[in-house]
Amino acid sequence: MNQEHISSAFDRDLEAIQALMVKMGGLVEAAILDGAKAVTTRDTELAEQVRKGDAAIDELEERINEESARTIALRAPVSSDLRVVLSVLKLSASLERIGDYARNLAKRTEVLADQRPISGPDKSLKRMSKEVQRMLKDTLDAYVRRDVELAEDVRQRDEEVDEMYNALFREFLTFMMEDPRNITACMHLHFIAKNVERMGDLVTNMAEQVVYVVTGDIPDDSRPKSDETAFISGET
Amino acid sequence: MNDMRLIERAVDMDDIKISARDVQVYYGDNHAIKDVGVDIEDKTVTAFIGPSGCGKSTFLRCLNRMNDTIDVCRVEGDIHLDGEDINARQVDPVQLRAKVGMVFQKPNPFPKSIYENVAYGPKIHGMAATKAELDEIVETALRRAALWDEAKDRLDTAGTGLSGGQQQRLCIARAVATQPEVLLMDEPCSALDPIATSQVEELIDELRANYCVVIVTHSMQQAARVSQKTAFFHLGNLVEYGETGKIFTNPEDERTESYITGRIG
Repeated sequence: MNQEHISSAFDRDLEAIQALMVKMGGLVEAAILDGAKAVTTRDTELAEQVRKGDAAIDELEERINEESARTIALRAPVSSDLRVVLSVLKLSASLERIGDYARNLAKRTEVLADQRPISGPDKSLKRMSKEVQRMLKDTLDAYVRRDVELAEDVRQRDEEVDEMYNALFREFLTFMMEDPRNITACMHLHFIAKNVERMGDLVTNMAEQVVYVVTGDIPDDSRPKSDETAFISGET
Repeated sequence: MNDMRLIERAVDMDDIKISARDVQVYYGDNHAIKDVGVDIEDKTVTAFIGPSGCGKSTFLRCLNRMNDTIDVCRVEGDIHLDGEDINARQVDPVQLRAKVGMVFQKPNPFPKSIYENVAYGPKIHGMAATKAELDEIVETALRRAALWDEAKDRLDTAGTGLSGGQQQRLCIARAVATQPEVLLMDEPCSALDPIATSQVEELIDELRANYCVVIVTHSMQQAARVSQKTAFFHLGNLVEYGETGKIFTNPEDERTESYITGRIG
């Protein structure tokens, strides 16, 4: 529905909350890339920047909450307008969580910098974060363009992220079994990988919201899932 | 209490009270209602919404043959109440209107006492043999319309002396006094303040237990609040008819969507 409201102020309100959400999305994308870069290059300075940057993301979420509540109270949106407000609320909540995970990557950078270097998994971690960032970018594009097909594509791509996580999980196990002195670093690296995998799940939820805002239906949960780590033991 | 209603609703769900097929209305050369077909359920509030001139009031007036009184107005098609054709030759419109009551936009009490306002219908339809019976009918009707407590000590005073909200409830009491089966309401709250509106809406919700209520309203929020079914009219067509929650969250037709979200008037 691209037609304008008779009340142009209503259009401006809806555009404003969506613009805030997209802006927040941009900050979160940057936080994912920077967080991953900080971890893989052990760059504590960049890590510090990411940690500080999270405040701006949180602030935006709060503003979105306030503006959305205001829009609901004053405009009583229905149908597609209501879906816009509801989806913005949910999307911004997911973005806030992803931002927190990115901050967590940054935090662990400082611990990792003092540990024995384990460089093998860095490349995979970087690739995995890059993929999640791309998924997020596509989700936001899909939202702006109301592109259900692209959102559906993002949903499917989460499987790749899960597979990358599985591979990393095995790799960490190997490192730890090889030399117990690797355990601290590997534990942190594992949490980092897990966090990136969780980001992928959240982006997938966001892609579902895109489908909802366009069609009014949340897609059935039929997407492929590949997190097998619950079934992997050290003996393999 | 709400649970009771849910059960009632579940039971009465498929009970069609009014069934309209291929209804056409012409005002002279103007084709005001085009091919409207709808099944209105009993013990349900059905809201007609749509922009001015879309035909919602005209269609409402077909349901108790109020359009008969307009010379240039011609109604075609079938409208059945409990399976009987209301436009059949043998149907007396006065009897029909006793069965299908109506409340209008502006409260229009007779320039008589509160008691006489309510007693008028039952009297002309010979519903009471004694004064005591009539008293009982009046009390029941006023109670149904949630006006009894405010009016019981001043039944002999003029109905026109009540406040706007009270007058509208008096008109509702007058409408229910003849024990109709269907209650038509043409923008019953548009002349009322928000508090009186809430009272009338609460009343509509209570009336639903016993009546088939059809309400025309310009307030989409009101339609959303009081009705279980909503019909959207546009340019004389019935565009969409369905469960109110569905109409207001995800309507099928783009015109409905545009109207309820405030994009077309």
